[in-house]
Amino acid sequence: MLLIECPYCGPRPELEFSHGGQAHIARPQNPAEVSVQEWTDFLYMRSNLKGVHAERWRHTHGCARFFNALRDTTTDMFLATYKVGEQAPPGAAAAMPAANRTSKGQP
Amino acid sequence: MQPFSGLTLLRRGLSGQRGWTPQWRRAQPKPSYDAVIVGGGGHGLGASYYLAREHGLKNIAVLEKGWIGGGNTGRNTTIIRSNYLFDESAALYDHALKLWENLSEELNYNVMFSPRGVMMLAHTVHDVQVSKRHIHANRAAGVDNEWLTPAQARAFCPVLKIDDIRYPVLGAALQRRGGTARHDAVAWGFARAASALGVDIIENCEVTGIRRDAKGAVEAVETTRGLIRTPKVGVSAAGHTSVIMKMVGLQLPLESFPLQALVSEPVKPIFPCVVMSNTIHAYISQSDKGELVIGAGTDAYTSYTQRGGLHIDSHALEAICELFPMFRRMRMLRSWGGIVDVTPDRSPIIAKTPVPGLYVNCGWGTGGFKATPGSGHVFAHTIARDEPHPINAPFTIERFRDGHLIDEAAAAAVAH
Ligand SMILES: Cc1cc2nc3c(=O)[nH]c(=O)nc-3n(C[C@H](O)[C@H](O)[C@H](O)COP(=O)(O)OP(=O)(O)OC[C@H]3O[C@@H](n4cnc5c(N)ncnc54)[C@H](O)[C@@H]3O)c2cc1C
Ligand SMILES: [Zn+2]
Repeated sequence: MLLIECPYCGPRPELEFSHGGQAHIARPQNPAEVSVQEWTDFLYMRSNLKGVHAERWRHTHGCARFFNALRDTTTDMFLATYKVGEQAPPGAAAAMPAANRTSKGQP
Repeated sequence: MQPFSGLTLLRRGLSGQRGWTPQWRRAQPKPSYDAVIVGGGGHGLGASYYLAREHGLKNIAVLEKGWIGGGNTGRNTTIIRSNYLFDESAALYDHALKLWENLSEELNYNVMFSPRGVMMLAHTVHDVQVSKRHIHANRAAGVDNEWLTPAQARAFCPVLKIDDIRYPVLGAALQRRGGTARHDAVAWGFARAASALGVDIIENCEVTGIRRDAKGAVEAVETTRGLIRTPKVGVSAAGHTSVIMKMVGLQLPLESFPLQALVSEPVKPIFPCVVMSNTIHAYISQSDKGELVIGAGTDAYTSYTQRGGLHIDSHALEAICELFPMFRRMRMLRSWGGIVDVTPDRSPIIAKTPVPGLYVNCGWGTGGFKATPGSGHVFAHTIARDEPHPINAPFTIERFRDGHLIDEAAAAAVAH
C-alpha cells in the first residue's frame, strides 16, 4: 500500500484516496468548437508514461480535495504532491536521489 | 521437430526420458524479415503461427524482450469463456473458444484446455437482472450460457456457501463450454508450431525504436540485438503497448495497471469448476497441480512495476473465505502481478494504425488470455492482408473517435 502525502493533511495510507487519472488534461473551453480529434484526445487518449508521470488523486476519505502528484511508474515512488493550480516543484524528478529509485519504500 | 504421440511418450518413458530435443529453435536475428511481431506472449506467438500457417508468410520473427510467455500470458488465472454482452464481442471471444476446443490437436501440443464450466455468481437483485440479460443476449448470439438457482449453483460447485453469508448467492450464470487451459503450454505450443513452420522466435531482444521511410511507412525496428529491416510490424505487447506506440508518436486510449493473482499450497481435487463473483470480487479455480488459483483486482493507479498492494490480495481472499469457508486455513504460496493495458470500454484494439505497416493488438486488459488463439488468428489476417478480418473489424482505434464503443465493462465479470 502506498503512503501518500496529501498537500492539505499530510501522509496518509492509500486506502483513504481515489486515483483520478492523468493530471493536467484541460477540458476544452468550447467543446462545440474543437475538432472531433481534439475532443477524442481529451476524452480517451492518455500518455500512460513509463517513468515520471503526473496524476490526480483525491483524498476521498479525508479532506475530500483533489491534488496532483508526480510519481515514477517504474517504482511507484512519489516525487512530489502539490495543490491544484500549483506547478509541480521544479526539478522534483531530478532531486530524487537515484539510490531511492528502486526501493519499494516511500520518499 | 519431433511430433508427440502416445508411442513417442512410451518410448521415451522406457528409455529414461532421454533424447528429447528442444521444442523450438533458438534463432538469431536475421538482418531482415517480411514481418516482425513485437511481444512473445500467447497473442504474438499465436499471430506468428497463423501468419505462417494460413497466410504463407514464413520469413517472420517474434521479438521478445524477456522470455516467451513471461508477460501476462504466464501470469494470468487462465479463465476462458465467451459470454460477453455485445454481438461484436460474442463473435470475437467465441471464435477463440472454438479454436481452443481443437488447439491441442492443431498444435500437437497439450495445452490442457479443460472446459469445466465457468460459473458467475449473482448476489443482489441487480446482479440477477444483469446476469439474465447477459444470458439472453448470449443465447441470441448463439453462445451458450444458462441460469442456475442457488441450489443448482451449489450442486455444480459443492464447496460453495450460498446462504448465511453477507451477500447470499441468489443464482448464477453458467457457461459450460468455458474453463481453463495451461498458460505456459499455450505460449510453448504456439512457439513450437510456429518455429517448425520457419518462424524465428528471438528472446532477450527488446524493440527500442521503429524506423520509418520518407513516406512515413515502417521500414525497420531498432532492437537491443541490432537493427532489423521489415515492412510490417505487429505490436502485441500488452501493458507496454503505449511505450512502443510512443516510438512513432502515437497515443492510444490505454492505461496500464497492475493486476495480481495468487496460488495456495497444492491440495487434493476439491474444486471442480471456475467460480467468479463480480459483486464481492473474487475468482477461483484449481490447477491440475492442486493449487487454488485466485485472482485479485487491479490497483487504483497506473504502473509498470509488475507488483501491486497487498490490500488488493487480502480483499480477494476475504471474499474467497466468505464464499468457501473451508479454505480459511489454507496457506497461500505465491502472489505476483502483471501489467494490464486497459481501454475505456474494456474491449481490445486489433487494428491497423495511422502508420502504414504498423499494426496493433492491445487493450486486452484483465481478460485476454481466453482470446489468445482467436486474437492471434484475426491479427495475423490483419497483418497479412493489410485489412481486418470481419471479426476484428469493429475493434479499431477510431471507434473512440466515432463513438462506436463496445462497452464490456460489466461483462468483464469482475469490476476492474
Ligand atoms: C494476474 C492476472 C490474471 C489474469 N487473469 C485472466 C483470466 O483469468 N482470463 C483471461 O482471459 N485473461 C486474464 N488475464 C489477462 C491476460 O493475461 C492477458 O490479456 C493476455 O495474457 C495478454 O497476452 P499477450 O500475449 O497480449 O501479452 P503478454 O503475455 O504480456 O505478452 C506481451 C509480451 O511483450 C513483451 N514486450 C513488451 N515490450 C516489448 C518490447 N519493447 N520489445 C519486445 N518485447 C516486448 C513482454 O515482455 C511480453 O512478454 C490476467 C492477467 C493478469 C496479470
Ligand atoms: Zn487531505
